[in-house]
Amino acid sequence: MYTIVERQDLLPRVHLLKIQAPKVAAAAAAGQFVILRIDAEGERFPLTIADWDAQAGTVTVIYMEIGASTRKLAKLGEGDAILDFAGPLGKPTEIENFGTVVCVSGGFAMATIAPIARAMKEAGNRVISVVGARSKDLFFWHDRLTKYSDEMIVCTDDGSAGIKGVVTEPLRDLLASSTKVDRVIVIGPSVMMKFCSKTTQPFGVKTIVSLNPIMIDGTGMCGCCRVSLDGQTRFACVDGPEFDGHKVDWDGLLVRQKSYVAEEAVAAERCRCKEEGCGNHG
Amino acid sequence: MAKAGLNRMDMPKQAVSDRIQNFSEVATGYTPADAHTEAARCLQCKKRYCVEGCPVNIDIPEFILALRDGNMPEAARVLKKTNSLPGVCGRVCPQETQCEQACILNKKEAPIAIGRLERFVADWERGHSAEVNLPKSLKPKSGKKAAVVGAGPAGLTAAAELARLGHDVTLFESLHTAGGVLMYGIPEFRLPKDIVQGEIEYVKSLGVTLELNSVAGRLFSLEDLFKQGFQAVFLATGAGLPLFLNVQGENLSGVYSANEFLTRVNLMKAHNFPSSDTPVKKGRKVAVIGGGNVAMDAARCALRLGAEEVSIVYRRSELELPARKEEVDNAREEGIKFHFLTSPVRFLANEQGQVRAMECQKMALGEPDASGRRRPIPVGGSEFEMDIDLAVIALGTRPNPLVMQSAPDLQVNSNGTVLADINGQTSHRAVWAGGDIVTGSDTVISAMGAAKRSAVVIDEYLRSL
Repeated sequence: MYTIVERQDLLPRVHLLKIQAPKVAAAAAAGQFVILRIDAEGERFPLTIADWDAQAGTVTVIYMEIGASTRKLAKLGEGDAILDFAGPLGKPTEIENFGTVVCVSGGFAMATIAPIARAMKEAGNRVISVVGARSKDLFFWHDRLTKYSDEMIVCTDDGSAGIKGVVTEPLRDLLASSTKVDRVIVIGPSVMMKFCSKTTQPFGVKTIVSLNPIMIDGTGMCGCCRVSLDGQTRFACVDGPEFDGHKVDWDGLLVRQKSYVAEEAVAAERCRCKEEGCGNHG
Repeated sequence: MAKAGLNRMDMPKQAVSDRIQNFSEVATGYTPADAHTEAARCLQCKKRYCVEGCPVNIDIPEFILALRDGNMPEAARVLKKTNSLPGVCGRVCPQETQCEQACILNKKEAPIAIGRLERFVADWERGHSAEVNLPKSLKPKSGKKAAVVGAGPAGLTAAAELARLGHDVTLFESLHTAGGVLMYGIPEFRLPKDIVQGEIEYVKSLGVTLELNSVAGRLFSLEDLFKQGFQAVFLATGAGLPLFLNVQGENLSGVYSANEFLTRVNLMKAHNFPSSDTPVKKGRKVAVIGGGNVAMDAARCALRLGAEEVSIVYRRSELELPARKEEVDNAREEGIKFHFLTSPVRFLANEQGQVRAMECQKMALGEPDASGRRRPIPVGGSEFEMDIDLAVIALGTRPNPLVMQSAPDLQVNSNGTVLADINGQTSHRAVWAGGDIVTGSDTVISAMGAAKRSAVVIDEYLRSL
């Protein structure tokens, strides 16, 4: 069992959990993820490692309530335990002194990009962060990202903070400006990563994306998380999760991510019934 | 070939109409009277060909004699002396090509049903462990520490053997439960999971420490294990990387690897969705590509999930089918269709990106290839479309590369398997390996046999330190 030692509700439906997992904390690196199973009936699902503390033996994850499992996770608080917690999984982010690195994040991925920005900064890079959200209420860990960044560019869909618009616009402006960008890292919803990759491609700047396909074991065994890269099949769990965004078959990935939409609706309905007590479900 | 049925006791089975609607075990096991009658057929040969035919050299005539004489505790002790997982082996070993093939009776009538008797004894033992009273250890404590990586058939066997030999053993498993392919791969209707867990509990009772959720190569490297004080390592991480056809459309939604499909159902209990949180696609028309036991397992799972039509699509002919005859017969009885000399060319999608059809071509058999089987050759102009809404690719696996990535000095063969000698010794003096990580893709029992051989030399090594 893996005990939750801290819970913070960062936004409506976005939560931070600090979990006691000393071995994982000792081995973790930027860009890696864990696979959780909440209870004996639970599914295995991946979450990116947002932070870790080897001394305290804790691993921090930030997640959004989307499906049945994340809603189940949201019911747990400090002192509660998670049945299974395996990691660190995936290859760590390639960190070296590239020069100028642009870290683009959207939605609650602004948390998961933070350790990468930190590691890039520590490696001597000039770090420019581009962060997008629907509105200014949906920002968190802004201070942290600011600390690791030489420059912060904020955009919101509704213009309530920073630039009004989506992250691809400031990203394109940066690439077109006199700033020489050596590497772009994008973490966020697949559609956002797809369009950021399309934005950087004409500029020929290497763009790393962190993919989040459906996974089960996370060790290469099941092949569920396979993605096509320039026509070659790769497994996100062992070959990734980070890949060259210019090579990813985005449309294929997006379709595979929607494989269980119907089943997710069934699970969500069951979850809702349990919460509200429809009386028909155990 | 065994002359099935000829004067040997038949295995009682669930009726076909019932079993295709449930995941309970198909073969329900001998009654005590069945077992006694079958045991009485054993000639108790002086020259024990059957024992030589067994990869773990179970004292077969002895356990059958004890069973015949009604001394069940002794029968169980004889089995457990050489095999920590008899309930598993009695169910999934290919006895027809091992002990039973070597049985002297095979020359004129049906061989003794050794596997069924093994299963009978193992199942009896589950409720009677106090009476059996197995010795926990063969040798005094050595004070030496061994790490076993991977808790599948090879790892469980090595851990049990090393613990019985007096060593302090930690068994690392990447998943949330031990058992490896016995848990995620082989379906409940062939190998009930409580049987597997019962045998794992026995291994733990020998003093083995089980560390779950421990992904070797990520959580720790081989070098880390030595730093932690382990003096010898046995690697048994299996062949956990599925092979695909490398054809167009293979990554469409609705195309599974057999590992994924079976893991969802067996390990994650997706057939109970939404009571279990993991879903699985319940296809209407399902194609399973491949002809091994795993293909049969996947096809029969798909049927039990409610598919209307399940087809096995195999590129060679029936003669070359690698699956056990018993499993092919079971599959056929249950209504699985077989398309021989057929190979997929590509998968076609509907507007939502879900697989809707598979384009196939017919094959003809040419000259024998490296495997000794006749090579399938495409027949020009024979393409046809098969309507499907689910495909399962069961073409086998490659070794999982995670551990090797973390141990660059470990020598690996070109096919990704670990280079090891007959006793499992790798290029590293304190590292042994066994099971599918060495052989590529083999049976549960051959993995267990390899683990036993390694345990003997690991014991010698540890005692020499």
